[in-house]
Amino acid sequence: MIRTHVLVCGGTGCMSSGSAKIREVLQSEIDKAGLTEEVKVVQTGCFGLCALGPVMIIYPEGTFYSRVTAEDVPEIVEEHLVKGRLVQRLVYNDTGEAKKPEGPVSLNETGFYKKQMRVALRNCGVIDPENIDEYIGRDGYSALEKVLTSMTPDDVIKVIGDSGLRGRGGAGFPTARKWQFAKNSVSDKKYVVCNADEGDPGAFMDRSVLEGDPHAVLEAMAIAGYAIGADEGYVYVRAEYPIAVKRLSIAIGQAREYGLLGKDIFGTGFNFDVSIRLGSGAFVCGEETALLTSIEGNRGEPRPRPPFPAVKGLFGQPTIINNVETLANVAQIINNGAEWFAQMGTEKSKGTKVFALGGKINHTGLVEIPMGTPLRTIIEEIGGGIPNGKKFKAAQTGGPSGGCIPASLIDTPVDYESLQSIGSMMGSGGLIVMDEDNCMVDIAKFFLEFTVDESCGKCTPCRIGTRRMLDILNRIVEGKGEEGDIEKLEALANDIKATALCGLGQTAPNPVLSTIRYFRDEYEAHIREKRCPAGKCKALARFTIDPEKCKGCSACSRKCPVNAISGVIKSPFVIDQDKCIKCGTCLETCKFGAISKK
Amino acid sequence: MKTLAELNEIRERMKTKVSVRENGNTYRVVVGMATCGIAAGARPVMSALLSEVTAQHLEDTVHVSQTGCIGICQYEPVVEIFKGDEKYTYVKMTPEKMKEVVDSHLKNGKPITEYTIGSM
Ligand SMILES: Cc1cc2nc3c(=O)[nH]c(=O)nc-3n(C[C@H](O)[C@H](O)[C@H](O)COP(=O)(O)O)c2cc1C
Repeated sequence: MIRTHVLVCGGTGCMSSGSAKIREVLQSEIDKAGLTEEVKVVQTGCFGLCALGPVMIIYPEGTFYSRVTAEDVPEIVEEHLVKGRLVQRLVYNDTGEAKKPEGPVSLNETGFYKKQMRVALRNCGVIDPENIDEYIGRDGYSALEKVLTSMTPDDVIKVIGDSGLRGRGGAGFPTARKWQFAKNSVSDKKYVVCNADEGDPGAFMDRSVLEGDPHAVLEAMAIAGYAIGADEGYVYVRAEYPIAVKRLSIAIGQAREYGLLGKDIFGTGFNFDVSIRLGSGAFVCGEETALLTSIEGNRGEPRPRPPFPAVKGLFGQPTIINNVETLANVAQIINNGAEWFAQMGTEKSKGTKVFALGGKINHTGLVEIPMGTPLRTIIEEIGGGIPNGKKFKAAQTGGPSGGCIPASLIDTPVDYESLQSIGSMMGSGGLIVMDEDNCMVDIAKFFLEFTVDESCGKCTPCRIGTRRMLDILNRIVEGKGEEGDIEKLEALANDIKATALCGLGQTAPNPVLSTIRYFRDEYEAHIREKRCPAGKCKALARFTIDPEKCKGCSACSRKCPVNAISGVIKSPFVIDQDKCIKCGTCLETCKFGAISKK
Repeated sequence: MKTLAELNEIRERMKTKVSVRENGNTYRVVVGMATCGIAAGARPVMSALLSEVTAQHLEDTVHVSQTGCIGICQYEPVVEIFKGDEKYTYVKMTPEKMKEVVDSHLKNGKPITEYTIGSM
């Protein structure tokens, strides 16, 4: 009997910090200790606590070890697996309480997990994604069986509709309605496409689902195919996700071998097969019409809608496009019923949402929360707060298409409507946390630089309009802003939003508009006072020496790379502002705290 | 190509395997495996426990793990069985006694009190 399972994270985060090596050493140490028949090593998908990787969890105790190295492994085997003693220094037991508990705590009790609810990530970090049997053991493919043997396509669409599931790819469109349109379109050829392009910089939930639970996506695609009458599916995934692509290919192979994809599935006469198409990581290729154009073998450029893909999509045929995370909910809704799903979340936003927490936050990683959870809970409890005792300033959701949520609105519930009403959006799930050191003009510039780079160039408002906005922002952060710039930005933003061809251009001005809305004073300080309140914009920084504190030791002047600091030993030195390149070396060098940056 | 019946067979077989990774309504059996326990013969007790649980098909409801020294070295090998708030501490275990405990306690829900610490 296998008494113990040792789960080692094989997500991209932990793999890049050496989890493959850990797994190798672990197996050989287990063999050496004679525990081969008792202890099983399982490589899983992402657990979510990426900042603490590589992570390992040992069941049935549920002990969670973090920041494990290959050198730690012999000790874990000898102490934990043979003698049953915890390796205390590796145990993660942060419950978020002031007093740390003595012993180990179950993973579900930690501050990071307590408020989470795992639906889309249910199997991530639990099963071996390369073993279809483990997926089947967690009720995998039973939803497909139920659908094919006891439900009509209309039944399926009704259940999904009653559950209230909405798209997780950004726009939040009701999934069942999309399926109904495609079902109503008459054609002997239809397609199901899974959008795994995941272009939002900082978001990685779709990658984690594909890496940790690829069969959930395949099963949902087959169910969708049955509902709309399609027999072919494509997963469009970026080539920069090699582990996801590999596990997905393995999963497709295994599903075909078991007859869960292919012809005459379960002997019901239903045919459905899936293939993979690799994208090259252009942001615009995540936009549904550009994605279809790319699958067809052409340059990924959007096309006007209507006609919508549900009417005229891939190769001119009716097509539904769904995001990975949207699909990851489908089989569970079929298995557990629409009511089960609808009881999670808020009135109009049902279920859960996965967020990739990043930026100035203690627990960087992947979290799944019920819709409607206040932002405060995500930042303070799950995320463990802001590092180094700094103050929370704002959070950006929706990436380059989204907007910021300022600290004053930290109690906003995170759901589609609430976020939209404050000028942000749910987006695909990137959640970037900013503290007092972040300059909001600089943040807006960062996102706009991204969209300018990623604009495909097909339509003028996006190609030229966003570039003009960026020119203005660049002037502002360089201290060359003029009165009227803010108004010019707003006017351009509104024109671009109204006239761009696709979602990329229509949403590109959002980060600028929302930072102006909540941090107009910061823009004004840059423009009128040539001052960056956060001290971030280099061109506006001013380094000065306090003559009271300066001892005249000359250390700074010797370190200054451009000889901008001069003075006489033992009397106060001064910085020549015209020569200064604002590198900050003097500030780091001064032992007396005489130099300040404003 | 798998039939529905074969698929269900895989599901049943795998369910018990992956259920170790959840904490459900199960017995948790903990064997003391510190130096004192191992010296007193905890290893054969553990082996007997594992093979008997397998033989009786109890993998679904029994989770086995090991622990360090519980501080009652003279009573080793020690095996503790937990379910909910209940706890039974079996002491001076042997492979034979272990088999009896699996059969009576883990399978039929009847603890063998004369092997527990209270009656020593
Ligand atoms: C510029 C741009 C980029 C997008 N990138 C993605 C993406 O990476 N992944 C995704 O699922 N949807 C993306 N979308 C949204 C898709 O167009 C589409 O709405 C979505 O895939 C539909 O699936 P859903 O209804 O399941 O959310 C993007 C949209 C735009 C305008």
